[in-house]
Amino acid sequence: MDMNQYIDIFFEESKEHLQNMNQILLQMENNPDDMNMLNEIFRIAHTIKGMSSTMGFQNIAHLTHEMENVLDLIRGGKITVNGNIIDILFKCFDELESYVNHIETQGSEGEDTSAELKKELEAIRDGKAYVPDEVAASVEEVACVLEEVEMSAKGSSVEVNEFVHNVIVKAIQNELNPYLVKVALNPKCMLKSARAYIIINTLEKVSEIVYSNPSIEDLEDEKFDLDFELILVTKADASLLSKELKDVSEIEAFDIISLKENYSVNKEISIEEADENKVEKLLTLENNEEVPTANKNEETKNKRGKTGKTVRVDIDRLDNLMNLVSELIIIKTRLEDIDGASNTNATGQNMHDAIEYLERITTSLHDAVMKVRMVPIERVFNRFPRMVRDLSKELGKDISLFLSGEETEVDRTVIDEIGDPLIHLIRNSIDHGIEDPETRLNNNKPKNGTVRLVAYPDGNSVVIEVEDDGRGINIEKVKNKGLERGIITPQQSQIMEDKDIIQLLFHPGFSTADKISDISGRGVGLDVVKTKIESLGGVVEVDTKAGNGSKFTIRLPLTLAIIQALLVNVGPEKYAIPLNTIKEITTIQSNAIRKVQNNEVVLYRNTTLPILKLSNLLHGTSTTENDEEYVVVIVKKGDKTVGIVVDHLIGQQEIVIKSLGKFLSNIKGIAGATILGNGSVALIVDTNSFF
Amino acid sequence: MSNLTNNQYVIFRLENENYGIPINYVETIERISEITRVPNAPFYLKGVINLRGEVVPVIDLRQRFQLSKKEITDESRIIILSVDEMIVGILVDSSSEVLTIDNEAIDHTSSLVNTFEDDYINGIGKINERMIIILDIYKILGVELENN
Repeated sequence: MDMNQYIDIFFEESKEHLQNMNQILLQMENNPDDMNMLNEIFRIAHTIKGMSSTMGFQNIAHLTHEMENVLDLIRGGKITVNGNIIDILFKCFDELESYVNHIETQGSEGEDTSAELKKELEAIRDGKAYVPDEVAASVEEVACVLEEVEMSAKGSSVEVNEFVHNVIVKAIQNELNPYLVKVALNPKCMLKSARAYIIINTLEKVSEIVYSNPSIEDLEDEKFDLDFELILVTKADASLLSKELKDVSEIEAFDIISLKENYSVNKEISIEEADENKVEKLLTLENNEEVPTANKNEETKNKRGKTGKTVRVDIDRLDNLMNLVSELIIIKTRLEDIDGASNTNATGQNMHDAIEYLERITTSLHDAVMKVRMVPIERVFNRFPRMVRDLSKELGKDISLFLSGEETEVDRTVIDEIGDPLIHLIRNSIDHGIEDPETRLNNNKPKNGTVRLVAYPDGNSVVIEVEDDGRGINIEKVKNKGLERGIITPQQSQIMEDKDIIQLLFHPGFSTADKISDISGRGVGLDVVKTKIESLGGVVEVDTKAGNGSKFTIRLPLTLAIIQALLVNVGPEKYAIPLNTIKEITTIQSNAIRKVQNNEVVLYRNTTLPILKLSNLLHGTSTTENDEEYVVVIVKKGDKTVGIVVDHLIGQQEIVIKSLGKFLSNIKGIAGATILGNGSVALIVDTNSFF
Repeated sequence: MSNLTNNQYVIFRLENENYGIPINYVETIERISEITRVPNAPFYLKGVINLRGEVVPVIDLRQRFQLSKKEITDESRIIILSVDEMIVGILVDSSSEVLTIDNEAIDHTSSLVNTFEDDYINGIGKINERMIIILDIYKILGVELENN
């Protein structure tokens, strides 16, 4: 039976169940005796077991089965819950989650990695204290190694020819590591050549394959038994290679042997022998071969990425959508009728009514579709209690996490993207913000540190706050670090305001620092956070009070796809300026513009306003260059403002943002494009790039 | 890859030469619609067009090959390519046929020609005394990507 059609449902549901399990485990840690929670976990484990065995995912089924056994004993009062058991249950949860993720990305659940965990569960069941059998394992390992050594002694089949020899020598000179990788496929493997391809592709991601036995062509044509050998050069080390290989299924055994030693001995002679030309020739040959592999890569990639993103939608919202579409059809018929009717005065009036009606429907339709894309932010927040728990255990700090506003809805794209920035911020708060218990007690603070994660809608945007009651940001130290890194000059540091100094934290050069946890922290990856938020069209602000903690505020637009914009003319071209960046629109006299150090400014409401000409910024031609009066659109970023000279204003319009695509990403001054009513394309100006 | 489309090439003209692109990269061939200039873009980018609701960049292949400029005519076409999930159009003088060229009929030694276009050429196909220059799509698009 083909299970593929159910796989999406499987993901959605198993993820939901796992999420619940996670929450309950967290609660259970605080009230170990709560029978309801125990029953709930039991139920979840049971459901997952049922689902996964139906789908044929045996590893998940076995693991959940073992979990059930233990939970059942707890339920029967035969064992009492203790910290150890909770920890193991958490491990089980992690394991299940990684299986599910593996299925989603690879299509299979991968190898059974939970043997150890199952033993732990069994040990609990049998009432024994669990002793990890590392000893046994290591003995096994030794045996394995011995066997492999023998194997490699026997199988000295790799006769390295001169070319390959030279390439390896050259690689060693360039400080790359050459390895001989022997792979034996599982005898049950159905598509040997395909499997070989996956292995080669996997390895090519981290290395360059210089030789294969049998040849790549023979591997493709399945002209090989179960094993094959590859020589590759790589910057990575053997452990990474073996990690990559472990992710590929149907491999019976593999062996990675470094060739460095073999070659280092006769290195000096080899260098003389090495025929540069031949090496180069071989390298170019390699390059030529790359084109077909690239194609194949693409193919495998497509096959994998099959499971798309899904959104679970409330049926009411879909009904609403359906209603609106039917209204749209009605209005279409009405417009057709008007079109067919004879030309009288009444037609004009009818037409006007119909268009107004159409406008109302499209607005509602837009609203409805947007709502369909909205997902409660809970999905992101859910993972944080666990993270905070683990981190505070690890760091020996007492930290409680307060969540609020989980029901706040944001666009699906935001859900996918916002997770990492929030992890960064929360980690920062815990790692650097909150002091250890002794320091806190000494400073008359409660021993328990608090991190608050709050979300709420605010007008047309969503606000997410990460706040801690830690030590706050030490401005002096940030300033010194900035000086040290050469981000600011000593003169600048004299006149900089505190809030500008805090902004240094978001500077890319700042976070690549070796270790900044010695200053009050705050810096690890903050530039990444900022870039991510800005790519979502949002802003991030910091508020801090020395000794009292700090607050990071993220503000995101409610919808990403449709915005209000001002359309303007520059010469014959039309551009759109997002309305939320515009502060005001005004006219200025051209002779009021002054030049200060090659920058044009104007005195406007008693402040100096820098003036930029859109036609210069975008290399266009202006038709109003010599006019006495300029139309100026004043745009803002934070509390900075810039006046932008345009030719004419066309008007305000709702526009749909379209990406310019991968080929034209990062065009300076352009944030995207939109399609106007007449079908032509207008570009959206990225005003942030003018500051 | 199926054998059916394997050796088929979309043929187009630029100046006096015939060029070919493997058909599996070609999505559609479009007549010229209004092209919007993109400021600060590479010199050979003609602009962007509205292709049924999607914004698609268009490369002027004449500029790319440093050929002389030529006005857009009724014959001009935009060939829409899909390469690695990236949709890009190329502006050509004309395009009208699809030919099957056997691998044996393609000469891969690029030393035959010695012009600027050299870099973008994958080989020369010969069919009934006609010479078709087979282009390397990745070179036309991909190389510049890295420079950005």
